[in-house]
Amino acid sequence: MRLSKAWIIASKDFKTFTKRKNILYTLLYFEGGVSIGLPFLIRYLSTKANSVAALPQLIDAFSFLYVIGAALAPVGIASYSLIGEKVQKSLEPLLATPTTDEEILAGKSIAAFLPAMGVTFLGALIFMVLVDLFTHNVLNSLYFPNWNIVIILFIQAPLACLLSVGYNVLVSSRMNDVRSAQQLGSLIILPLGAVYLMSELKVMSLTTGNMWIMAAILLVVDGILFYLVKATFRREEILTKWK
Amino acid sequence: MNMIEVKNLTKKFGEITAVDALTFSVAQGEVFGLLGPNGAGKTTAIRMLCCLISKTSGEARIAGYQIGNNSDSLAIRKMIGLVPGNIGLYEELSAYENLDYYGKLYECPEADRKEKIEYYLKMMDLWEKRDLPVSDFSKGMTQKVGIARALIHNPKLLFFDEPTANLDPESARVVREIILTLKKEGKTIFINTHNLDEAQRICDRIGILKTKLLTVNTPEQLEKTTWGSRTVIQVEEINDSILAAVKKLAPQDFGVEENRITLTLSDPQKENPDFVQAIVSAGGRIQYVTQLNPGLEETYLKVIQETK
Repeated sequence: MRLSKAWIIASKDFKTFTKRKNILYTLLYFEGGVSIGLPFLIRYLSTKANSVAALPQLIDAFSFLYVIGAALAPVGIASYSLIGEKVQKSLEPLLATPTTDEEILAGKSIAAFLPAMGVTFLGALIFMVLVDLFTHNVLNSLYFPNWNIVIILFIQAPLACLLSVGYNVLVSSRMNDVRSAQQLGSLIILPLGAVYLMSELKVMSLTTGNMWIMAAILLVVDGILFYLVKATFRREEILTKWK
Repeated sequence: MNMIEVKNLTKKFGEITAVDALTFSVAQGEVFGLLGPNGAGKTTAIRMLCCLISKTSGEARIAGYQIGNNSDSLAIRKMIGLVPGNIGLYEELSAYENLDYYGKLYECPEADRKEKIEYYLKMMDLWEKRDLPVSDFSKGMTQKVGIARALIHNPKLLFFDEPTANLDPESARVVREIILTLKKEGKTIFINTHNLDEAQRICDRIGILKTKLLTVNTPEQLEKTTWGSRTVIQVEEINDSILAAVKKLAPQDFGVEENRITLTLSDPQKENPDFVQAIVSAGGRIQYVTQLNPGLEETYLKVIQETK
């Protein structure tokens, strides 16, 4: 597989996204809300004497939202990237070029993965700076960086993002309309949302050990999904069976 | 040298046979047209030859490379240009950006790519509109960009799938002229079309496909082999002695309608004078003698009808 070919395809998609403002908005709204809104909530709680003890657990739970965000961010891009090609009927001429199925799939995946991770990192940076700014007085130290956020940003978020990209490629192969694909594609966050909810309800805590276990589960699921996607993304399949 | 060689090429989708034992060849620089009704397997045939879908059985070679062989598939796709039925441009991008993207995918060096984009957009009369998004383009303009896209890497062989379908007559004419220009440049061209007039004007040879390839020939020979050579003699008044004189010369077939006698002859240039003389000797006054050309449409319909 030639990465240069995948990069040509991804670059074309980046250019398309800049001309589709709605795709940019879907990329930004969740991360923006989490990165700016939640630190202000933490700031408010840090002024309440009875809430200060619970702040670290709350910040950890909020940090986990970046795993959810990394899974949510590529939904719009991945579904548009493939269904856009279907709607514009541009898959046949693309498949007629001297490009392998793997290169096209990699290009489409990079096009969804890189912006999603970029926004996730940027949002997390804003979140960490604001949280440290608002809490260092009450916690008597800087809460970030810590091992949890390292695992979240550099292991769980990329794995969740890949999971979402793969799942959305599968969804897009069966759909013809971007909005329906996005709705179905967004369901990928449900298991991750359940983890977040359990941490908020104190059913489980987001300890470093638990974070590693979740990362391992994500890795296994990503591996399974990779084979499914590879089997689905074949020229003949795309031209004759994709709806 | 043959650019395309196809032998017993077959494609089945489950129980359905889309293309059955297709056998033909296309010489370098030739324009070959594939005619056939909807669902005849024309697009499936093109897709197999462009290595977009697999064959079920049989063999096909493009410039010596074998379809169905993974390592040859990339080489084939590199040397062909496809203008599909649905042009499928990226509507958000400009004509220039669309061509630049495909130029990169076809691995054209940057300087060459820029030169080719300018050359083809000027050839298509679209250079002034190069920076407009193609969503603003008419169907004819979109088709022209699609043709430029297929030419960007200077392919040896071009596939056109219904190149003038849904175009207005003026745009269709422009597209036909572009194809004829490419023919003059020596490109090998394979066209799927419903448009019989177009096929007759552009193609050196025509194949009629209805799952199986029913016949292949030049448009003129196709008419001749399908209908034979037919002569119509219009006489002022036909009587029994004229009919007896015609019968005596034993044409392959003949028919009478009002005051016209239609003769099917094996060698009209040699036989026509004998029939004219016989009719005149029998007292007939000939108004005109003409060669009957049923046209490709009639020929096509006859060939298709005969398979039912």
